[in-house]
Amino acid sequence: MSLQHYLVISSILFTLGIFAVLTRKNAISILMGIELILNSCNLNFVAFSRFVKPSENIVGAGAYVLDGQIIAIFGIVLAAAEAAVFLAIILAIYREFGSIRPDEVDTLKG
Amino acid sequence: MEFPLKTLIFYGFALVTIGSALAVVTFRNIVHAAFALMVTLFGVAGLYVFLQADFLAATQVIVYVGGILVLILFGVMMTSGRLEMRIHIERGQLLLGAGISIALLALLLTVIANMPVWKNLTDDGIPHEPTTEQIGKMILQDKFLLPFEVVSVLLLVALIGAALISRKEVRD
Repeated sequence: MSLQHYLVISSILFTLGIFAVLTRKNAISILMGIELILNSCNLNFVAFSRFVKPSENIVGAGAYVLDGQIIAIFGIVLAAAEAAVFLAIILAIYREFGSIRPDEVDTLKG
Repeated sequence: MEFPLKTLIFYGFALVTIGSALAVVTFRNIVHAAFALMVTLFGVAGLYVFLQADFLAATQVIVYVGGILVLILFGVMMTSGRLEMRIHIERGQLLLGAGISIALLALLLTVIANMPVWKNLTDDGIPHEPTTEQIGKMILQDKFLLPFEVVSVLLLVALIGAALISRKEVRD
């Protein structure tokens, strides 16, 4: 397996997430698209930390570098926080407007 | 030509991941899309295993599949009446979104294919060792201690905020 295999997979995941965010008319589907995007991002972090070695005067010779994996863990934590807040906002909007279609929530529109 | 089992399994995981992600964005029923998302998350966890990130694969399954996906399904349950279960998509928006996405994918693939630094980076035979101990050391005593604490406070703030936003108004 080369690095480019993983990069191609994560590019496809990212693009599908963008597609979902752009075309879906349901806020929860948009959340699923965002989760796809975050997953592709984490996959990139882990793949780069596996395949790309930093220069030895930074980390010492032969060090097994896990920085990318730790960043990916932070990414997972942020995704969890984001999903919780997103769904709370969705529930509040649903109580207020009776719908979660983003184009129907337009009270601020002049 | 030799075709080792590992390569076959890798392509299997890649196909499962991409195919189910495609299902997430094309299924009209939002519950079906949520279950397709579960398959995608498992596929990404399998790819983490291929990258020798064992702790991260377990975290992915526990947090995403066990937590975020359940949250999403609860959101579907609480907000979708019988009318909203199916997703409506307008034709013009669909075409525009598909065009933008395909252009973006072409751009990314071009960059990936033409980046000379990234070529010929293959598995360099680092022996597999469990990563959990090293990750714990790096988070709790090494350079990632401060980000770890900041992220934990952020998670607490987000959860309290979510509970505050989503509860019903109480009159005092």
